[in-house]
Amino acid sequence: MATRNDKRETYYESIIKQGYSRRDFMKFATYIAAYMGVETSMIGQVVKSLETTYRVPVIWEHFQECTCCSESFIRSDHPIVADIILDKISLDYTLTLMAASGHQAEKAKHDTMEKYKGEYILCVEGSVPLGADGNYCCIAGRSAKDILVEAAAGAKAIIAWGSCATNGCVQAAYPNPTEATPIHKIIKDKPIIRVPGCPPIGEVMAGIIIHMVTFGKLPELDRMGRPKAFYAKRVHDSCYRRPYYDAGLFVESFDDENAKKGYCLYKVGCRGPMTYNSCGTIRWNNGVSFPIQSGHGCIGCSEENFWDNGPFYERLTSLHGFGIESSADTIGKVAAGALAGGIAAHAIAANVSKRKELRLRTKGGKENEKKLDL
Amino acid sequence: MITKNFKRVYVWELPVRIFHWVNVLCIIVLGATGFIIADPPAIMSGAEASESYWFGTVRYIHFGTAYVFFFNMLMRIYWSFVGNRFASWRQLFPFTRKALENAVHVTKVDVLLQNEKKFDLTNVSVGHNSVAAFSYLVLFFLALVQVFTGFGLYADNAGWWLPKLFGWVPQFLGGDFITRTIHHIVTWLFIFFTLVHVYLVFYHDWLEGRGEVSSMFGGYKFVRDERLKHDEPEEAPKKEEGSVTEHC
Repeated sequence: MATRNDKRETYYESIIKQGYSRRDFMKFATYIAAYMGVETSMIGQVVKSLETTYRVPVIWEHFQECTCCSESFIRSDHPIVADIILDKISLDYTLTLMAASGHQAEKAKHDTMEKYKGEYILCVEGSVPLGADGNYCCIAGRSAKDILVEAAAGAKAIIAWGSCATNGCVQAAYPNPTEATPIHKIIKDKPIIRVPGCPPIGEVMAGIIIHMVTFGKLPELDRMGRPKAFYAKRVHDSCYRRPYYDAGLFVESFDDENAKKGYCLYKVGCRGPMTYNSCGTIRWNNGVSFPIQSGHGCIGCSEENFWDNGPFYERLTSLHGFGIESSADTIGKVAAGALAGGIAAHAIAANVSKRKELRLRTKGGKENEKKLDL
Repeated sequence: MITKNFKRVYVWELPVRIFHWVNVLCIIVLGATGFIIADPPAIMSGAEASESYWFGTVRYIHFGTAYVFFFNMLMRIYWSFVGNRFASWRQLFPFTRKALENAVHVTKVDVLLQNEKKFDLTNVSVGHNSVAAFSYLVLFFLALVQVFTGFGLYADNAGWWLPKLFGWVPQFLGGDFITRTIHHIVTWLFIFFTLVHVYLVFYHDWLEGRGEVSSMFGGYKFVRDERLKHDEPEEAPKKEEGSVTEHC
C-alpha cells in the first residue's frame, strides 16, 4: 500500500504488470462499463482510456464512520477492482488498508497532495463532527475538519462515500451530539459526488471511480449530487416484489403466511418507495441478494435522515414534538375529533346567543306562511 | 310584522360552481384513495398476483384525479381574471382596510358569537366574507403544496413533461420521505378545512336565511332590496334605524 511509483504507469500497464491477461482486462472493461451505465458502444472508449490514462492518485480520508464503505468497496465483484484500483494503484492514503503508519503515512499523504495538486481525487468516508471544536474526531493530533479542509484544497474533485459523508447518517441522528456534518456543508468550492448508502454498493463505488479515471470528469449527477446512473430510480421501482404491491398483496406481520409467500413488505415499513438506490438491480455480495429479497424491508439507508424517519417496521412517520408513538394519523384523528366537538359546541352556542334573531325570523316566516294565497 | 324584501343576485357564476363541485369530488376521491395508499387494507385473495391489480387501480385513480384537481384549479385561476367581482382574485386577498374591518366584524359576530348593538347592513357579505376569503387563500396554498409534493413524488415514474416539472421538489425538501409526510399532513389539513367550511355554510344559511347553501347550486343569493341601486332616485335606499327587527 501507499507505495508511489515515481514513473507513472497507465492503468492498463499496471493491470498487465499484475499478471492479468489482456482478455481479463477486456472483461473488466466490459463489466465496469455495464455498471457505469454506459452503452456497449462506449466499451471501446473505456478500454482506450484505461490504456492511455495515467493513474489518478486517490486520497481516502476516514472520519466519523464505521468503515463499512471501505468494506463494501473491497468486496466489489471483480478482482481487478480490489487488486488494481484499490490495492496497488490508486490509493495513496487510506487508514484502513495502507501498510505505512504513523509519520510515514502522513508524509506519504502530504507528498501526494503537493505533487499532484489539483489532480488527485479526495474520497471521504464519514461525517465531520463540528461540536466541541471538532475534538470528537481527531487523527494524528488534528481535528477531522482541519484534515478535510487541507486535503480538499488541492483536490480535483471530492467523492463523499456513504451516508455519513453525504448526509450525516446515524451520527447526525437526533439530537446529533457531536454535530456530525456532511462534507458538502463544509466544502463549498469543489465538485462533490455524493454516494449515499450505509454502505453504498461496492460496484457502485467502483463504477464511480472508474468513470472518473476513464472519462476524466464527474459522472452525470442529479440535483442532490448523486450519480444518476445509480440513484435515479427508487428501490421500489426495481423491486422484484413490485407486482405484489400493485396487486395489493402485503405482508401484515413478519411471521404470517404472506411473508412466507414473499408478498410486498410495504405495510411492515419497507422504505423502498422512498429510497433511491440500485439495490434492486445490482444487489449485494456479487449480486446474490438484497434486504427485500431476504425478507426484510428496506430501511432507506441511502436517504437523508433515514434514522430519524420513524420506526423501521411501520409505514407511517412518527412526528417529532408529538411524542414517539404519535403518527400523523393519530394526531389527525384526535384533532379532527376535537374540531368536530368544537363545531358542535359552537352550533349550540350560536343558537343560544342568537336566539332573539332566530325567533324573530322564524316568527316572520311563519306569519308569511299563513298569509300565503294558494 | 313585516319581513324584509330581498332581491335575487347572481353571485356564483357557472364556472365557479363547476369548479367548486369538481373540487369537492376531487378532494373526496383524493383523500379516500390517499388514505388507502398510505395504509392499504388487508384484502386476502386466492388469486395469483398476476391476476389482480386493485392497489394499482387505486393509485391510478389517485393520479388521474390529481390531474383533474390540478386542471380544475388552473381553470379557476383563469376565471378569477375574467369572472365577476365575486370570482375575482382580488376576493382572495382580503387585506384592504374595508376587508380587514369586515374580518373583525365576522370574528366578533360569527366566530365569537357576540350580538351586534346596531345592525349595519353593509356588514353582511354578498360574496365571501373576509375570514372565509382568507381561508380560501390558505386552502389554495395548501392545494399548491399538494400539487408540488404530489407531482414531485409522481415525477420519477411519469412519462409526461408536466409532472416531471416537479421532479426537483423531493430533492429540494430532502427526500421522498419528508415529501410524503408533508403530503400526508396536508391531507389532514384539507379534512379540517372541510369540517369547518361545511359547518359555517350551514351556520350562515341557518342564521341569515338568504340561500347560502343553495347559492352553490343555483348561483343566486338573496340580498336586501335596500342594498341595490335603483334607477329612480326617489326609491334610493334610506337608512333605517338599526334594531333587532332588521334581521327579519
